[in-house]
Amino acid sequence: MSLQPVKFYQTGTFTVGNRLLAPEERSVQANMQRTNSLNSGHRACQGCGEALGARYAIDAAMNATNRQLIAANATGCLEVFSTPYPETSWQIPWIHSLFGNAAAVATGIAAAIKVKKQKGQGGDVRVVAQGGDGGTTDIGFGCLSGMFERNDDVLYICYDNGGYMNTGVQRSSATPPAARTATTMPLGPEPGNVFGQGKFVPAIAMAHEIPYVATATVADLRDLEYKVTKAMGIRGARYIHILVPCPLGWGTASHDTIRMARLAKETGIFPVFEAEYGEVKSVLAIRRPLPVEEYLRPQKRYAHLFGKSPAVATIARIQALADKNIRKYRLQARQGGH
Amino acid sequence: MLKQTEGSHAVAEAVALCRPEVICAYPISPQTHIVEGLGEMVKSGDLKDCEFINVESEFAAMSVAIGSSATGARTYTATASQGLLFMVEAVYNASGLGLPIVMTVANRAIGAPINIWNDHSDSLSQRDCGWIQLFAETNQEALDLHIQAFKLAEELSLPVMVCMDGFILTHAYERVDIPTQEQVDAFLPPYEPRQVLDPAEPVSIGAMVGPEAFMEVRYLAHAKQMQALERIPQMAEEFKTVFGRAIGGLTHSYRTDDAETIVIAMGSVLGTIKDVVDEMRDAGEKIGVLGITSFRPFPIAAVAAALKNCKRFVVLEKSLAVGSGGIVATDVRMAVTGMGLKGYTVVAGLGGRAITKKSLHALFAKAGRGELEPVTFLDLDWQVVNRQLERERQTRRSGPAAESMLRDVGTVASKIA
Repeated sequence: MSLQPVKFYQTGTFTVGNRLLAPEERSVQANMQRTNSLNSGHRACQGCGEALGARYAIDAAMNATNRQLIAANATGCLEVFSTPYPETSWQIPWIHSLFGNAAAVATGIAAAIKVKKQKGQGGDVRVVAQGGDGGTTDIGFGCLSGMFERNDDVLYICYDNGGYMNTGVQRSSATPPAARTATTMPLGPEPGNVFGQGKFVPAIAMAHEIPYVATATVADLRDLEYKVTKAMGIRGARYIHILVPCPLGWGTASHDTIRMARLAKETGIFPVFEAEYGEVKSVLAIRRPLPVEEYLRPQKRYAHLFGKSPAVATIARIQALADKNIRKYRLQARQGGH
Repeated sequence: MLKQTEGSHAVAEAVALCRPEVICAYPISPQTHIVEGLGEMVKSGDLKDCEFINVESEFAAMSVAIGSSATGARTYTATASQGLLFMVEAVYNASGLGLPIVMTVANRAIGAPINIWNDHSDSLSQRDCGWIQLFAETNQEALDLHIQAFKLAEELSLPVMVCMDGFILTHAYERVDIPTQEQVDAFLPPYEPRQVLDPAEPVSIGAMVGPEAFMEVRYLAHAKQMQALERIPQMAEEFKTVFGRAIGGLTHSYRTDDAETIVIAMGSVLGTIKDVVDEMRDAGEKIGVLGITSFRPFPIAAVAAALKNCKRFVVLEKSLAVGSGGIVATDVRMAVTGMGLKGYTVVAGLGGRAITKKSLHALFAKAGRGELEPVTFLDLDWQVVNRQLERERQTRRSGPAAESMLRDVGTVASKIA
C-alpha cells in the first residue's frame, strides 16, 4: 500500500489546509452546516467557474446574514443552468426577471424589505444581485450604475467569464483583447477581439465611490469567502467582480478552471484587490509574476496567437496590459493583503 | 372631500390613500406631477412607511417595481409615451410573473417625430402585454380607478395600467371628491401576495418554462383577464357602496336607448362627444355614445349588447394601427361579428390635434347619412400630405419628411381646427 504524503499546503496553492485550522477559522464550504445555496444537480458544464464562484459566494453571504438573504439573478448561464423547472438548485428565495435589470430588481427587493421592517412585518433580510459579465458590464450597466449611485443596500456580484457564453460565446465588453469569440473571429490582420480602452467595471464601480468594491477569482476561494463576508457586513451598494473561467468559451480543459483563474491572477492579467469608497485598500500580491504566455497558451480562444509564427507583437501588447495592472494596483509591492 | 385640484395631484392623493409601500419615479411628461406629488408626501412624512426611489430610467422603474412587488410590497409607478416603450421588456415581465403593480400611463404620443401631447398610441402599443388597461374619462374617474386598480390587481395577481389623457386630464384643474382614508381602507384590504420572496419559505421565481407548459402559463394570463371581465363590474358596485359614486365598470352607455348611430371612444374625448350628441339629440338625431373603460380585458359581450339595437357605429380613437386602420375599432368589429352593423373607424387627435365639436358634428352627420369612408383621419391636412408625397415623387433626396412638412405648415400657434 502506497503512502499518501500529508502536505501542509494544498497542492499548487499557498493555502493552509482546512484540517490544520481551528474550526472557527475554517471556510464556509468546509462547514457541514453550509447552506448549499446553489445545490448539486444543476446543469452547468463540467468545470464551470461560475457555478463554483456562485456556490462559494452565496453560501458565504448566507452564512454572514444568518440565512436572511434574497437573490436577484440576471438572465444568463447561471440562471438557465440552475432552474430548469420543475427542478431548481436554489435553496434560497431567488428571482429572475430579465437580462439587464438584476441590479434594479435588487433595489426593489431592498426597498420592500426596508418598508416591511419599518412596519414590523419583516426582519433584517439582505439582498444579493448576480449576473454574468454580459448582464453586468453591457446590458445591465445602466441599472447597475443607478443602484451604485443611489447607494442602495445591495451586494452585486458579477461572474466574469469574458463573454456571452450562454448564447454561444459572443463578445462582451469584458472580453479581453485578442480573444476569439463567435463575434470576434480569429481572422484578418488583427484576429480576435480589438484592443479597446477596456471596460473594467470594478474601476467604474470605484468611481461611484461606493462603500466596497472587490475583485476575486475562483482560484482563491478563501479570499472570495472573506470578501463576500466582509461585503455583507457593510450597508449600501457593494460590488464584487469574480473571474470565473469558462471551459466552453475559453477552450480550456474542465480540470483547468482553477489553474486558469490562478494564472490570470499570477500574470497580472486580472488584478485581485479590494477598495473602500473609491480607494484601493488591499491587494492579493503576486509572489512571482508569470509571463502572460503561460496564461494564454492553454486557451483555445488565443490559439491564433500561437500558430506557425507566434503573434509576438500581440502577446507583447497583452504582456504590457498585465504589467500595467501590476504597476497600477501595486500587485508586487506586498502591501496590504490579509 | 371636495377639492379644486390638478388631475395629477388628485391621482397622487388617491395613490397615497392606497398606502403604497414602494414608489419608483422617473420623469417624463405629462406624468411627472403625479410622482412629484407622491414624493412630496413621502418626504414630508404625510405618506408613511413608503420608499420613494428616484431611478435612472423607466426600465429601472419597472424593474424596481418587479423586485418590490415580488417581495410583497404594494408598488406603484407612473409613466408615459417613450417611457412606457423604454420599459416594455419589464412591462411584459411584470405581467408574466403575475405581479400586481399599478401604473398610471399619462397617455401621450410616441415619436418619431417627438411629440409630448396626448393620444393613446403609448398604452395601445401595449395592447397584448398582459396588463389590465383602464381608461379614465374625467379626473374623478382617474382618481377613483386607481383605488379600484390596486384591489383588482392584488385580487387577480395581475398588473393594472390606469390610463388618463396627458395634459387634458393630468394638467386640468377640476373639482374632485377625494375620499377619506377610512373609506379607502374599508374598500382596499392590505396586500396579501400569492408569491413572495421570503427566507422563511424560499421559492424560485422566474424560472425558464419550455414548450411543455408555456401555452398553459400564457393561457392562465388570459383566464385571469377573463376573470377581470367579471370582477370589474362587481368592483364598480362595491365601490359605489363605499364611496357613493358609480365609477368604473367595463363600458358606459350614454343616450343609446333608441340610438341608430353609436359613437365609441375611450378617455376624455368622451366629454366632447357627449356634448355633440346632446346637441344632435336636441336637433332630433338618434345618436348615442358608448365609452369603453376597460380596454384590456376587452368587454366583447358588453360592447355587443350595447350595440345590438343600433344601425351603425363610429369608433373614434386616438390611435392608429399603421398599415391597417384602427386598434380599438378592430376589437369592436370583432365584438359585433355577425350583427350586420355598418362600422366606421375614425382616427382622431393624434399628437394632441384638438378634436372639436365642429368637426365631430360634421363627422357624425356624415356617418348618419352613410357617407363616411370606412377609415377616416379626422381633420387631416391633405394639402400638406399630398405636397410631401409629391416632393418624394420628384426628388430622391427629399430630406427628412417631418421637417419638410413643418416648413410647409409654417409657423402657427397650434392646430386646433
